[in-house]
Amino acid sequence: MKKCLSKLYLALVMLFLYAPIFVLIVFSFNTTKSRSVMSGFTFDWYVKLFHNELILSSLWNTIIVAVIASLGATILGAAAAVGISGMKRLPKTIVMQGTNIPIMNPEIVTGVSLMLLFVFFMARMNLEMGFVTLIIAHITFDVPYVILNVIPRFRQMDPNLYEAAQDLGCNGVSAFFKVVLPEIMPGIISGFLMSFTFSLDDFVVSYFTSGTTQTLPITIYSMTRRKVSPEINALSTIIFLVVVAVLVINNVIERRNLRKRGVVR
Amino acid sequence: MKKLISTPYLLWMAVFIIVPLIMVAYFAVTTADGAFTFDNLAAVSQYANIFVRSIYLAAIATVICLVIAYPLVMILARIDVSFQSTVLMIVMLPMWMNFLLRTYAWMTLLGNNGLINMLFGLFGLGPFRMLNTQGAVVLGMVYNYLPFMILPLYNVIVKIDKSVIDAAHDLGCNNAGTFVKVILPLSVPGVMSGITMVFVPAISTFIISRMLGGGSNLLIGDLIEMQFLGNSYNPNLGAAISLVLMVIILLIMTLLNQFDDDEDRVLM
Repeated sequence: MKKCLSKLYLALVMLFLYAPIFVLIVFSFNTTKSRSVMSGFTFDWYVKLFHNELILSSLWNTIIVAVIASLGATILGAAAAVGISGMKRLPKTIVMQGTNIPIMNPEIVTGVSLMLLFVFFMARMNLEMGFVTLIIAHITFDVPYVILNVIPRFRQMDPNLYEAAQDLGCNGVSAFFKVVLPEIMPGIISGFLMSFTFSLDDFVVSYFTSGTTQTLPITIYSMTRRKVSPEINALSTIIFLVVVAVLVINNVIERRNLRKRGVVR
Repeated sequence: MKKLISTPYLLWMAVFIIVPLIMVAYFAVTTADGAFTFDNLAAVSQYANIFVRSIYLAAIATVICLVIAYPLVMILARIDVSFQSTVLMIVMLPMWMNFLLRTYAWMTLLGNNGLINMLFGLFGLGPFRMLNTQGAVVLGMVYNYLPFMILPLYNVIVKIDKSVIDAAHDLGCNNAGTFVKVILPLSVPGVMSGITMVFVPAISTFIISRMLGGGSNLLIGDLIEMQFLGNSYNPNLGAAISLVLMVIILLIMTLLNQFDDDEDRVLM
């Protein structure tokens, strides 16, 4: 009885989470623009989507910004984490408070505050917001996630390892690259992946800092503002399939790794 | 060398995190010409009703998220371990879709010609006006931010030691007693970070209210957006509203922290 209730509850939540997406997908194949009646099956909206210059160029922008910003944030954040983990207590607390600001602050405030900064200084230099400001803004909200992923790795690491490497003949730099870096690498990678997905997905901060440069979320927003267009449904379907594929692959790899480690141990 | 390596980040943080916040404060207390004034902050009081509405709707959405997520997480935590990560992944999957698209999905569902009204129509009911209501805004908040409640709750509840629960049973607690006296208190840190992670984005959203609430259910976020990119360009007033929003969030969070003496917050 209790088991049935739990299953029913789980099913209801799943229905709530997936029904809207499912409906979007179904109506992406609709011949008319109706959002409630299926009148026939077609791939037209997908064809139109792939001929839509604006969508393709904004997809390209999104990917470039996400790659550059997440790489930049990873390098900046990993280096910062190395320094922060060696700090004394008080400066460490202060720096971590500052690092938490972009995470705790509402996104709109982050976006607006950066916009004020850019507008204020760039107007004086006759520059306009665009690609560069977009990347700066993305790095700014990405870095904290890299730092928060890397710092715990230092806490788990045996502090003697670094000294042992030096005793065994490494100089400081090579001891860092041979001993410390491999230890913190998992944190760096998960920080990079988090940054990358946040950058791909970001709308609010980009909206305020992109000037006339369009990223995919900004284009989607302007599409939803205008008229109903099943092209958005087609786009959603593709994005949904990509997300499912990535998550499934990720899950499979994780399971395989777990099993491997289980065998080794 | 170890000290210097974080310098680039410290500079970055100063220029792109601290200075922008100072600029918000600066713009909030100056006129367009740069003269000092309290007029912007005073003008914010005209929008008291919008602030009240935002806090009210975000609070309702947060409570609904908690009510939906808690039983869900309890069920998840009891599932066989080998399935658990898969089920959790399925629950979290919609979060990976862009939230504009998720909100757009509800726009099409709730519309007067949408699927839900068509289903009502089959029974001779409706059409009901669902889009452009406060209910739709709350629904959008719950749908978009539910995962932010589920994740921290799950992280806390799954780590509760089974032997503690067994001990409570051995010492004479029934299921309800164990829940109230053991599980609930131990899950407080998760509840608190869940509340924070739902409430903050919900109170400051401008997309959800615009897409699902029509023009008549403006929230603080819409108000700020209008001062910067909308028709009523006035960054000084916008900065003042942002400043008040930050203060309100800070106050509410401090208030909530009174219930939570645990220092270890579970963020993700």
